[in-house]
Amino acid sequence: MDSTLQDEAQELHRRRWDRVLSVASPLLLLALWEVLSRAELIDTRFFSRPSWILTTFWDLLVSGELVRHVVISLMRVLVGFTVAAVPGVILGLTMGLFRPVRAAVEPIIAALYPIPKLALLPLLLLIFGTGETFKIMTIALGCVLLITVNTLAGVVNIDPVYLDVARNFGAGRRDFYLTVALPGALPVIFTGLKLGMGVALLLIVAAEMIGARSGIGYMIWTSYQIFDLEQMYVGLLLMAFFGYVSTLFINLLERWIIPWKRS
Amino acid sequence: MTVPEKIRADGVHKVFRTRRGRIVALKDVNFSLAEGRFLAVVGPSGCGKTTLLRILAGLERCSAGRVHIRHDDPAKPATAMVFQEQSVLPWMTVRENIGYGLRLRRAAPDHIRRVVDYYLEVIGLADFADAYPYQLSGGMKQRVSVARAFAVDPEVLLMDEPFAALDEQNKMLLQEQLLKIWEGTGKTVVYITHSIDEALYLSDQVLIMTAGPGTVKEVIDVNLPRPRDIGSLRRDPVFIALFERIWLLLRQEVLRARQQAGDRTG
Ligand SMILES: Nc1ncnc2c1ncn2[C@@H]1O[C@H](COP(=O)(O)OP(=O)(O)O)[C@@H](O)[C@H]1O
Ligand SMILES: [Mg+2]
Repeated sequence: MDSTLQDEAQELHRRRWDRVLSVASPLLLLALWEVLSRAELIDTRFFSRPSWILTTFWDLLVSGELVRHVVISLMRVLVGFTVAAVPGVILGLTMGLFRPVRAAVEPIIAALYPIPKLALLPLLLLIFGTGETFKIMTIALGCVLLITVNTLAGVVNIDPVYLDVARNFGAGRRDFYLTVALPGALPVIFTGLKLGMGVALLLIVAAEMIGARSGIGYMIWTSYQIFDLEQMYVGLLLMAFFGYVSTLFINLLERWIIPWKRS
Repeated sequence: MTVPEKIRADGVHKVFRTRRGRIVALKDVNFSLAEGRFLAVVGPSGCGKTTLLRILAGLERCSAGRVHIRHDDPAKPATAMVFQEQSVLPWMTVRENIGYGLRLRRAAPDHIRRVVDYYLEVIGLADFADAYPYQLSGGMKQRVSVARAFAVDPEVLLMDEPFAALDEQNKMLLQEQLLKIWEGTGKTVVYITHSIDEALYLSDQVLIMTAGPGTVKEVIDVNLPRPRDIGSLRRDPVFIALFERIWLLLRQEVLRARQQAGDRTG
């Protein structure tokens, strides 16, 4: 009894320590950067200085400029991602459950999949112009195949005995989707969502650089054009933060949706 | 007075086509089983026991011949299966797993709750109702899968070596428990095992299969009175005689199966 509690305390302690480390190490890196910059060991024309960047960050924050860009980028990523995830998951599940669908769709996906998503940008600009639809569709199209492929892999990986159980107890089509294919594929689906989030961040920047008047990508590109280095760094750091928060968000979502996974 | 027939297999053949060629899993299997009886099926591994059970469950089709299961009450499913391998759905709690069949049959939620509560009590997992399978031992999972099959109240229960992977003590406890749940339900049972002990303890009849391609070698009546006591049964002269008879028949087939395996590799 006591030893169990001790184990638990130790485990808790270890977890807290992990958390401290993961916060401390980025802060340490920033401090190093500041020191190197002040000691003029790195060129501030290219690498600026954390304290300057912080000042710019503060100014942009107070003026409301920053929030505007972040919110619009976030909205685009979320909407685009959802537009990709829903059909991507449904298509992946259907391909996994029905062999003819898979046979028909898989070669098409195999042909489209290797196209670098950035190569689609000019075509999408032609089709959608530079409005919001362009940004959302860029992200959606960039992520949808990734999500489909991972969902399919998730279904294919499900132990066939679970499908037999469903069949044996008289499952209908809907039951196969909702009680076996979807829950069984979820762990791999989440792998796909995480990869997709990376692609989405890449694409949102690219799309905002070439066809937008707002967003973090736009902010980075204009700071290059007016050579405002600090603002550019603010944009880059925001992207890093963005990526970090989105991973955190997906991980939380995963733990909430997949409580049966051994952690 | 004859009990009506519940299951009948007529000339059942099963051929699997694989990349490495045709595998004849079952060859002209014939037997019938009366309603409410407990049939144990023994045979060397790979002789087609699982295949036969899957055909009875409707998970696999005969290549030739047919099986017939008399389905009397449309409110109940004809069969429910307990699988050989771990088959408790990992993404559902114990409660959801036991109620899974009922849920698929669109039973009313409070009916499901009542039935599930009853079986949680019977299998002694009431404290684990909301646990996920990864939190359970192998024996607990098998109990859940037995409860899941009983919960839909099938006319025929199909069990494929349900306790084979468990340690001896757990196995004996679960066999005892299984008989306790089964007695009085009047269900017809087909129970696959590779243990003669288990077959004799549980069943009314033992069907011995030949080495693959599997066919019926012999069906032996187990005229041991119920309720049976797992402890003293092994000293019963009738038990000993039956054990020897079955072992002699089975031994030939196991040897043949080994020889076949040797032929294939050597
Ligand atoms: N889905 C399948 N595809 C190909 N061969 C199979 C399949 N299922 C079973 N077999 C083969 O059929 C034979 C009988 O298998 P099985 O019924 O599982 O035997 P048992 O349960 O008696 O060990 C084996 O040779 C096995 O390899
Ligand atoms: Mg088997």
